[in-house]
Amino acid sequence: MPLINSPAELEEFRQGVLAKRDPNAPCVSVCAGAGCVASGANEVIAAFKAEIEKQGLQASVETKGTGCPGFCERGPVVVIYPEEICYLQVTAEDVPEIVAQTLKEKKVVERLLYVDSATDEKATLESDIPFYKHQERLLLGSNIKIDPKNIDDYLALGGYSALAKALSEMTADQVLEEVKKSNLRGRGGGGFPAGRKWEGSRDAPDDPKYVIVNADEGDPGAFMDRALLEGNPHSILEGLIIGGYTIGAHEGYIYVRQEYPLAVENITLAIKQAEEYGFLGENILGSGFDFVVKVHKGAGAFVCGESTALMTALEGRVGEPRPKYIRSNIKGLWEKPSVLNNVETWANVPLIVNHGADWFTKYGTETSKGTKIFSLVGKIKNTGLVEVPMGMTLHDIIYKIGGGVPDGKKFKAVQTGGPSGGCIPESMLDLPVGFDELSKVGSMMGSGGMIVMDEDTCMVDVARYFIDFLTDESCGKCVPCREGLRQMLKILTNITKGKGKEGDIETLEDLSFTAKAAALCALGKSAPNPFLSTLNYFREEYEAHIKDKRCPARSCKALIDFHIDPAKCQACMICAKKCPVGAIDGGKNKIHVIDQEKCTKCGTCFEVCPSRFAAVQKTSAEPVPPPIPEEERTIVRKSKKK
Amino acid sequence: MSDVILQIDGREVAAKEGMTVLEAAQSVGITIPTLCHHEKLEPFGGCRLCTVEVDDRGWTSYVASCVYPVKKNISVKTRSEKVDRIRKTILELLLAHAPDAFDLQDLAKEYGANKDRFEKHASFCIHCGLCVRYCAEVKKAYAVGFVDRGIRKEISFIPEISARECWNCKECFPLCPTEALQAAYVLTNALHPPKTKGDGKTLEK
Repeated sequence: MPLINSPAELEEFRQGVLAKRDPNAPCVSVCAGAGCVASGANEVIAAFKAEIEKQGLQASVETKGTGCPGFCERGPVVVIYPEEICYLQVTAEDVPEIVAQTLKEKKVVERLLYVDSATDEKATLESDIPFYKHQERLLLGSNIKIDPKNIDDYLALGGYSALAKALSEMTADQVLEEVKKSNLRGRGGGGFPAGRKWEGSRDAPDDPKYVIVNADEGDPGAFMDRALLEGNPHSILEGLIIGGYTIGAHEGYIYVRQEYPLAVENITLAIKQAEEYGFLGENILGSGFDFVVKVHKGAGAFVCGESTALMTALEGRVGEPRPKYIRSNIKGLWEKPSVLNNVETWANVPLIVNHGADWFTKYGTETSKGTKIFSLVGKIKNTGLVEVPMGMTLHDIIYKIGGGVPDGKKFKAVQTGGPSGGCIPESMLDLPVGFDELSKVGSMMGSGGMIVMDEDTCMVDVARYFIDFLTDESCGKCVPCREGLRQMLKILTNITKGKGKEGDIETLEDLSFTAKAAALCALGKSAPNPFLSTLNYFREEYEAHIKDKRCPARSCKALIDFHIDPAKCQACMICAKKCPVGAIDGGKNKIHVIDQEKCTKCGTCFEVCPSRFAAVQKTSAEPVPPPIPEEERTIVRKSKKK
Repeated sequence: MSDVILQIDGREVAAKEGMTVLEAAQSVGITIPTLCHHEKLEPFGGCRLCTVEVDDRGWTSYVASCVYPVKKNISVKTRSEKVDRIRKTILELLLAHAPDAFDLQDLAKEYGANKDRFEKHASFCIHCGLCVRYCAEVKKAYAVGFVDRGIRKEISFIPEISARECWNCKECFPLCPTEALQAAYVLTNALHPPKTKGDGKTLEK
């Protein structure tokens, strides 16, 4: 095990690693991120290893499970080096063909390539796929090249060179200046300038000081931090060590949710490897700087992503926010100066140190620099993680990278910023993404969740969903949040059930005002946002629910009805067979009828009715036509008439 | 320690550094309503009834005065249209739990709170935490604590400890702002669990 004692030894070791690796040798990289593993990536890796051995190629071809490159929609993702051929949705059954064709014959397996649905064109290389082409993957780009369990992979790509540079060529003040100059802002949601936060801690008189990674990612549908922790844990560690050096901390913590077992495993292993190599511990790289890192597993509370709650939990107490009007970078963990930054923020630090603030600020807008990773989910063709330069428009992210809304549906809104964020309507899609830009329209950057909604999404129900989530996750300490959310959820639920009444909107606004002004922590203060932003842009949907008992998106079960249009029904019996409650009466050549008493409004009939018939109708606040008289139900088919 | 000069309701107040706005106000006889505050206990900042309006160099914010430290030159309003609106809503939310609590009724009168604005809940507890904190901080007994979180959060006596500590203490009972019997009820339940039938179903409560 090499103990690396100086920047020169690090470089020497890196050269040694590179010398052992032939850049032209074939290598099979399979994404082993959580999404791909769920779709069978581990079986694919095992199949590659077995097949390669069977073909006697094990000496010349390396197979590795790597970090997540982001294209989760089409996982498991396989990239064959050195050509960088990208295969999507690979199964273990495809492996013998890939080995025989691509590895042995150097031929491309066409059927596994990406096909552009608009042009029918195939893309062989990862970089040719539109999903990747429009991204700027400063952070995620390395994931597919790195086996997160092997520190040498990170070193081969220049890993820990930023740490070496900071420790040997820069003073702590110089690092701080660089970070300040880069205007790196907190990626966890607040967007507070990291440099200023660091400076506050460095200047605080108390000792010891702490640096902490907030890896308590809990927003529904968000998995940016997860992909970084699972896929490239050393980049976060390197950033954290540099942060410790800069503010004068010798202890760091990684607060990671236990629901991310692979992230916990990989970051724990990364710490062990970094200790063995001498990037952690005493006298790091011969600089005289000592630093240790501990992993703390969260116990499953969303509110622990809030800074004071996280620190309280780290201290071993119940993870509730504490009433502090002194910033935690002055009095944080154990009342000591503590810099808490999110995973993605820390991962940006080595890049800034290595390439300089001038390079970093080339990306982004006036006030938001660098790139941002978003998890693009919901009603979108290309679900996955996307990293874009700040300032890209929502439209480009959703259409150029995300491929737009599937199934020919119409776009309605995009929800950004997690549960406390807001919904942005179509008319604002030209908005460039940035901290201030998103706040200005009533949403926020948050940690980077981006949920696309189509015309079938009811905005009242969306607000109800997020308020429900927050009600469940509120710690319950302060009244405006605990009791306010309880009542907001009740009122919103009633509205979606058709029990809304005049004055509900005003009551919700009053509760929102109280929570925003008087709640204890950021969770409570931002909790009304899902309601406020949907009310702001989709007020007519609230009014339709309350006044007309109508759900314009035809989504709220209590407000919709299904019936079969007798003129269109071809008596194919598909809906009758699929109806889970047997509410559809019909038979061969007998027009089907839905028994409204039995119908549970699950929508199955609507979905299965062949689109060429489109006989099942979904309506809201319209009277259901009476069932067709029994004597008129028989279909007489012209073709069968003699 | 040096004095910190601030304005409270237009009056100049000299406070000691480290004092809270609530303490500073109380020191000159200005009343700010509280529910979860107790002078023997660490500030909690849970009920938010003591919310006041603070103007700090032109920035207006609403802060819990029981935890907000005094600061030079800030101007505090203990009543304003918005402060009263916040207090009214908080009281209405709490009255849904304890409509007949005397403390809440008095405050409701002051702030025009309607006890029937929100749907009633079966629990009297308003989660001020006075019993929990008094037991821990003053008595060091830890016989009662909070369990669960959010809207499912409730106080609970730990039978093993309360069987030993509570009979001769009961000092938390009069602290309860909604219903002293609430604490007694929960305690009795903890010490004498409802009898159950063989199948585990509750026989009586």
